[in-house]
Amino acid sequence: MSDLLKIADKTYHSRLLVGTGKYQDFAQTRAAIDASGAEIITVAIRRTNIGQNAGEPSLLDFLPPEEFTYLPNTAGCYSADDAVRTLRLARELLDGHQLVKLEVLGDPNTLYPNMIETIAAAKVLVKDGFDVMVYCSDDPIIAKQLEEIGCCAVMPLASLIGSGMGILNPWNLQIIIANANIPVLVDAGVGTASDAAIAMELGCQGVLMNTAIAAARDPVLMASAMKKAVEAGREAYLAGRMPKKLYAASPSSPSAGLIA
Amino acid sequence: MMQLTINGKPRSFDPASFSVAHLVSTLALEGKRLAIECNGEIVPRSQFTERQLKDGDKLEIVGAVGGG
Repeated sequence: MSDLLKIADKTYHSRLLVGTGKYQDFAQTRAAIDASGAEIITVAIRRTNIGQNAGEPSLLDFLPPEEFTYLPNTAGCYSADDAVRTLRLARELLDGHQLVKLEVLGDPNTLYPNMIETIAAAKVLVKDGFDVMVYCSDDPIIAKQLEEIGCCAVMPLASLIGSGMGILNPWNLQIIIANANIPVLVDAGVGTASDAAIAMELGCQGVLMNTAIAAARDPVLMASAMKKAVEAGREAYLAGRMPKKLYAASPSSPSAGLIA
Repeated sequence: MMQLTINGKPRSFDPASFSVAHLVSTLALEGKRLAIECNGEIVPRSQFTERQLKDGDKLEIVGAVGGG
């Protein structure tokens, strides 16, 4: 079956994108990502430890950039300037890599995105040649504006980052999907497999998650569950669900030929 | 002596001037995948050898870490 996810002219078999944070160690990170089947993985850009543990392994040793599509993020940035600066460093770090995840946060407690700063950063990054996948609020007008700026995917939140609250406003997501000419992916808020399936059933092109896998009691098993949920949700979307009704007009078994 | 600020911390070095490549090897970061910004401007890896540092330069040295 060739139902591929297409982002910025590149195609992917997996519609599950995963983060690489919050795992016990790199071995567990790798095992969970293998179980998830993800091809696109997010990474953060941080100051290098200097003078300590020079020989200690790095994330890249366990997840070679040749094997995965890296999606450097701007997690922890609270201004457009910081986000742009971070992604320019990421591009240098990853040898001219252009696909990035833009997120500009507005509040350290809720991690709610600051869409005014996000839009400002998106304009600069698109002009600078980046392929911008943008984390955003689930506001259909903002999502459309981000598309018009030239972002290659919009990624509205299902609920707040790390909350595991699932999809709180499926109606807004449906409006965003209906209006979009670029891929819509749910990013943030997924808690368990059914949340991912629902996102896909709504017509999302993919789901990005980190905590739902990393904070599960068994992250590797949850990664496998998420892989299946995303695939199941996608197939259900493509299959087209039956209409909902209050009660069945006709039973599944024949009405004729009953013994009495 | 040359005083540099690296990742927010002041550090002193003996020679009065040396290259970014020399700094990378002095800090035992050779072979690591990293990106370097000097005074807010990215120093491309291809320029590490020729780019000389001077007293008071502010450097950011970053790498990729786990994140969501």
